Amino acid sequence: MGKKALLLSGNESCVEGALYAGLQFYAGYPITPSSEIAEGLSRKLPKYGGVMIQMEDEIASMGAIIGASLAGKKSMTATSGPGFSLKQENFGFACFNEVPCVLVNVMRGGPSTGAPTGPSQGDVMQARWGTHGDHPVVAIAPNSVPEILTETVRSFNISEKYRVPVILLLDEIIAHMRERVILPEKGELEVIDRLKPTVPPDQYKPFDISNTPMPLVPPMAAYGTGYRFHVTGLNHRTDGFPTNNGELIEKELLRIMQKMAMYKKNMLKHEEYMLDDAEIGIVAYGSTSRAAKYAVNVLRSEGIKAGMLRYITIWPFEEEAVEKLAEKVKFIVVPELNLGQLILEVERCARGKASVYGVNRVNIEIIHPHEIIEKVKELLHGIRV
Amino acid sequence: MEKNIEIRLSGEGGQGLILAGVILASAALIDGKNAAQSQYYGPESRGGISKSEVVISTGDIIYPEVADPDLVLVLSQVACGPYTKDIRRDDAYVIFDANTVKEFPKLEHGRIYKLPFTMTAHDKLGKPFIANIIALGTIVGLTNVVSREAIEQAVLARVPKGTEELNKTALSEGFELAKTIK
Repeated sequence: MGKKALLLSGNESCVEGALYAGLQFYAGYPITPSSEIAEGLSRKLPKYGGVMIQMEDEIASMGAIIGASLAGKKSMTATSGPGFSLKQENFGFACFNEVPCVLVNVMRGGPSTGAPTGPSQGDVMQARWGTHGDHPVVAIAPNSVPEILTETVRSFNISEKYRVPVILLLDEIIAHMRERVILPEKGELEVIDRLKPTVPPDQYKPFDISNTPMPLVPPMAAYGTGYRFHVTGLNHRTDGFPTNNGELIEKELLRIMQKMAMYKKNMLKHEEYMLDDAEIGIVAYGSTSRAAKYAVNVLRSEGIKAGMLRYITIWPFEEEAVEKLAEKVKFIVVPELNLGQLILEVERCARGKASVYGVNRVNIEIIHPHEIIEKVKELLHGIRV
Repeated sequence: MEKNIEIRLSGEGGQGLILAGVILASAALIDGKNAAQSQYYGPESRGGISKSEVVISTGDIIYPEVADPDLVLVLSQVACGPYTKDIRRDDAYVIFDANTVKEFPKLEHGRIYKLPFTMTAHDKLGKPFIANIIALGTIVGLTNVVSREAIEQAVLARVPKGTEELNKTALSEGFELAKTIK
């Protein structure tokens, strides 16, 4: 093929992935360590016929991408912790109105303004529960620069196909790290566009599922194309107008949750490394999983049967993967660049069948493989339980 | 499995360490190898501790940062302590700038050298900020971690127009410094 290998940062790789997926509208407010995404798109997106706007703040950016998506364009914003907090209310609006869009959050040290240039995985639970009320969430956490490209494309695909906003959870390490990337050719990766209505404009209802080829997923008309499309943050009927009817309120909210349950298996993704005969399980995600994999190799070389379960899709959480793991290992170690967030899900799904221990740090340095190795050895030798 | 080559370039903000790391990683790709380049820097654009790490491999790179250093470059006093602590190999190169570092840490492992990068940049080339490229020349001269052709090509692709000759001279000065200790 003779394709050229490029040295790209994770943020640059995200830009390439978004363009490949057909991004047409980006609105953002630059913030370290995500700024190179806005920078890259300001240069490249106009050349693809798209629009890049630097908005007055993060709240407006989230509002703008929702508007662009309702107008039929694939849209994205990128931010970090403080901006992620600001976007939560509008993000909830997107969840409730089933607006496809991609929200990139490059995690940095927190809380509050925290450590702008330091890495963290502190927003895992915020990704799940940052906006109020019961709502569906998809969050994806790649662990390398080339994987950021393919997972950005997958984020758009899930978002478009199932009418759900997707959070791409990066961290400062993989966002600023540079690795070898070979750009995919056109047609090499699947690119999915949203369902369009087949009914005449006067019969269209934006949340009606009686005329859809995909059960529970209502087709989406683009604003300004002759279809009546009302959206509101209030509980709404299938025609999009507000209602106070408890029965209709519950029916509609249950539908969007059932939609997630129905298609959950198509959104899940994990990697298993040396798990077949593993006696010790390490559950990891994002940049920390690179240290975990290295630790597995070192432990194996010393005769300790360790293996890694890496979550690529974090939310919805793939409960069965931990359940299966807990059946066969002596204990599970969960390294995280926070004080213990995904470990809560791991503990819940292990159901006491295997003990679960964290390796945590918040000193804005990456977790070192030796910390994981030492923790495993300590637990094996019963020095500290 | 062949061990990855793990290189840490440390000093302070403004010394061009991140650029040097990017150039080294690009050179590895030109040679057909795999590379991962990462960095730490503070909010300051000048001053403040900074490092750039490059892992070079003929295969996959699992852990992208330096776990077991093969070479540590130290261009500033502030970087001496924190970035030389994890040297565990007796054959690891530890190269200090002879001019900016006044107090040297006591190290149990490594081949320790003190070379005049900033003085060469200042006195011979009249550009103090080009010590990073001189140091790259020395690293390549000492370790052959990438080919000379690749490092020159990578340097020329990343430096501002009009400074090509200056940068080539800086690389050669670095190669010469490597000869003095090889």
